[in-house]
Amino acid sequence: MSSKLPHTLEQYRHAVHAHELSAEEYLDETRQCIEHGDPQVRAFLHLRLDAARSDAQATNPLSPLAGAPIAIKDNIMVAGERCTCGSQILEHYVAPYSATAVVSLLAAGAVIPGKTNCDEFAMGSSTENSAFFPTHNPADLTRVPGGSSGGSAAAVAAGFALGAIGSDTGGSVRQPAAFCGVVGFKPTYGLVSRYGLVAFGSSLDCIGPITRTVRDAAIMMNIMAVHDPKDATSVKRPHVDFEATLQPTLTGKRVGIIRELQRLDVQPEIAAAMEAARKAAVRSGASIVDVSLPHILSALPVYYIIAPAECSANLGRFDGVRYGLHVDGRNMTETYSRTRNAGFGTEVKRRILIGAFVLSAGYYDAYYKKATSVRQLITDELEQALQSADVLLTPTTPTTAFRIGAVTDPLEMYKADVFTIPADLAGVPAISFPAGKDAAGLPIGLQLMGPRWSDADVLSSANVIFTALGGES
Amino acid sequence: MTTTIGLEIHVQLATRTKMFCGCSTTFGDEPNTHVCPVCLGLPGALPTLNAEAVHLAITLAMALGCEVHEVSEFSRKNYFYPDLPKSYQITQFDRPIATVGSVPIVTERGARSIRLTRAHIEEDAGKSMHVADITLGGETLVDFNRCGMPLIEIVTEPDMQSGDEAYEFLRNLRRLVRWLGVSSGDMEKGAMRCDVNVSVSPDPALRGTKVEIKNLNSFRSVKRAIDYEEQRQAQCLGGGTSIVSETRHFDEVQGTTTVMRSKEASNDYRYFPEPDLPLLQLDSTELESLRAQMPELPWEMQSRFERDLGLSPYDAALLTEERSTAEFFQQTIALYNNPKKAASYMGTEVARLLNERGKTLSETQLTPAALAGLLTMVENNTISNTASKDVLPLLVDTGVTPAEAVKNLGLEQVSDASAIKDYACEVIAENATQVEQFKSGKEAVLGFLVGQLMKKSKGKANPKLAGEVLRTLLKS
Ligand SMILES: [Zn+2]
Repeated sequence: MSSKLPHTLEQYRHAVHAHELSAEEYLDETRQCIEHGDPQVRAFLHLRLDAARSDAQATNPLSPLAGAPIAIKDNIMVAGERCTCGSQILEHYVAPYSATAVVSLLAAGAVIPGKTNCDEFAMGSSTENSAFFPTHNPADLTRVPGGSSGGSAAAVAAGFALGAIGSDTGGSVRQPAAFCGVVGFKPTYGLVSRYGLVAFGSSLDCIGPITRTVRDAAIMMNIMAVHDPKDATSVKRPHVDFEATLQPTLTGKRVGIIRELQRLDVQPEIAAAMEAARKAAVRSGASIVDVSLPHILSALPVYYIIAPAECSANLGRFDGVRYGLHVDGRNMTETYSRTRNAGFGTEVKRRILIGAFVLSAGYYDAYYKKATSVRQLITDELEQALQSADVLLTPTTPTTAFRIGAVTDPLEMYKADVFTIPADLAGVPAISFPAGKDAAGLPIGLQLMGPRWSDADVLSSANVIFTALGGES
Repeated sequence: MTTTIGLEIHVQLATRTKMFCGCSTTFGDEPNTHVCPVCLGLPGALPTLNAEAVHLAITLAMALGCEVHEVSEFSRKNYFYPDLPKSYQITQFDRPIATVGSVPIVTERGARSIRLTRAHIEEDAGKSMHVADITLGGETLVDFNRCGMPLIEIVTEPDMQSGDEAYEFLRNLRRLVRWLGVSSGDMEKGAMRCDVNVSVSPDPALRGTKVEIKNLNSFRSVKRAIDYEEQRQAQCLGGGTSIVSETRHFDEVQGTTTVMRSKEASNDYRYFPEPDLPLLQLDSTELESLRAQMPELPWEMQSRFERDLGLSPYDAALLTEERSTAEFFQQTIALYNNPKKAASYMGTEVARLLNERGKTLSETQLTPAALAGLLTMVENNTISNTASKDVLPLLVDTGVTPAEAVKNLGLEQVSDASAIKDYACEVIAENATQVEQFKSGKEAVLGFLVGQLMKKSKGKANPKLAGEVLRTLLKS
């Protein structure tokens, strides 16, 4: 993409509002970029570039997003478009309605170039669990883009869209953002409607933006953070302008470092990036505090009980009776079993089985119930830590992007989410922002977490550190 | 042998829209016309709680004397079935909206109270229709119009001992739900459904093995199924066979039960809290205001009618069967202060007319004021009781006032002694034989002579006065 073209949503909006650029012009550039780059990256499962161009022509140039291309993860409904969730079982499923977040984005003038690839039903950390094809990391095509929102992160990193939305259940927005060198924000649970997001772990799932800058994430949050009566877990809150509340410094802010996570093995360059971020925070006026979360390392096992339990119920509806793949059997039970066996991939089956097991009579108390009480414990500890610190700084991932096919042990793969899962369990806002590169030139992401409903503060603090480390304001 | 019976009753709440979506609850429309992404369980759709359903459930629970909990929780009950589109039913499990409670019943064994274990809110499933006709698309079709209908499930303690008691319990529960307007209580339309648990034991101190009976489509079926099951289990035990814990299916035609499935093969429903719905938190002031708005309950009113108004148990029961009838009666006696007469008139003359017309009281033109007016006219001898039967149809069908109707029909009672004397002289002249009989001491003949007089007056003569005048003339 030519250098005079806007690189961020904010620049784009400015250019279109000032009549220096038209939405169609920009979309044509985007189209070229996609047609040139996506055959290698494979960020999209379905493209709708012709429809997007007519949408761009029809948008109001003075609308907040003014025809900006925003990519949508393929587990979020866009009316009339396919919604496969990266699964064979929904290969031909066409969404009969749009998700509330999509409705908000369209109303604000977003144009959708296509639906992005993801791990099947958002279960995975590399987008290799897509039933269709893996997505490649634009920073190094031999590497994974992370997951499960790997297609969305890759699309933004590769310039196929100015922003994207993904879903974050255990880190699925933040981890791919870190791997691809872009920003990924998981809002407070209840801030963005889940209506129209295909449920994986309903008590954890959040829709969040993936953008090139923290400011762009704030711009998208301004559009998506609306109370939705269609989602009973959506919370009515006083209006906050996430962009206007971005502050230039961290004066008076306390940045917490979690003692227990310091002991974990991380790639040396990531440890160095943490140190650089710490210094940048201090330079920006923050103080550093040491906090302890004694049970935070239980987050991973707790997550891998609760999320599968919820998914085992959520995915039951894919039975071939009303829509989706249908494989006939000799009777009802066999039809269910054949349909689901043919339609779901290995990782999805594994989690459904784990989920059914931890909920079953005789095991419920030892697994599911125990996990929910440890979840509460972690939430309480996190809340308490966030009384002595305003935000907590951690790496987003223990390593940078790994090679496609390199991680085959599911437990090894699960460990990629060790830093991101606590925020999902506690329902708190968390952001991953780019913080330099490793020796191989692969992006490093760092994470900030804050208390529930401190989304504006988390965005603001992340913006200060991100720009201090050389990111675009 | 001792029989122990417990019931699980599903009552469909009379809301305008379904439990978790905006679809209409209209019954009997074309299949799959009241459906949306939510009640079809389409991917990405989420449930939102219908406040009206909660309101009705609380009202019923309070009337049942339940403890209504300020915090309750929804859970998912997981199982696969084609009529269950999400593969789980949203129900309440660990923390239901209401616990304990009771329903009074009166049977031949006297008045008793049947205790309730709990009441909880849940959504209904769709309706599977098994069709033999292959041209209709195969063996089973599903109508999702019913899917997501709001239900309250009421579970009783095993407090009943006969089919009659279960029948009476259900009858009284249906009267209550209709009275409160929380449900139509219509079993034919599936608005009230009942599963039965029956156990028979030779030792009254020990509970027998529980057998569940399903597919009970009427109160009568419930009673028949229990009666059959009681006999079957007693026979088994008598013959030395033990009872198996199982679910049995009631055959409407044969009047028998057959095995559906054994309890051992029953599902593990893997209940867990529904993450899509926050805890249901009720406002204590709202609960108080609902409690304050609670009308007098049918059984309370029934016993008050007997105790304070001196009505017969039969009349009291009849008048409290429907709330509109009871209210009509109360308004009538506010204007006509003879409850027993009003009750018996409503139970006989009014009931007969309604029956002939196939209408309910509220579907006619009759008002409490009109009925009170009519009864007052009889009481004042303005018209005879016989004449009132000619007036009533006009009040019922046209809504004219009693005075207008009496005038239109020319039915004012003649209470003028001189007019009656003229009729009496004629009757005496024309019935010499009967006059002789009377004079020779056969006083019963007077009734015949009064009847003749009434005929001459075309029913308008005051019969009491006619009797007096005739007697005076005959004795003179
Ligand atoms: Zn619906």
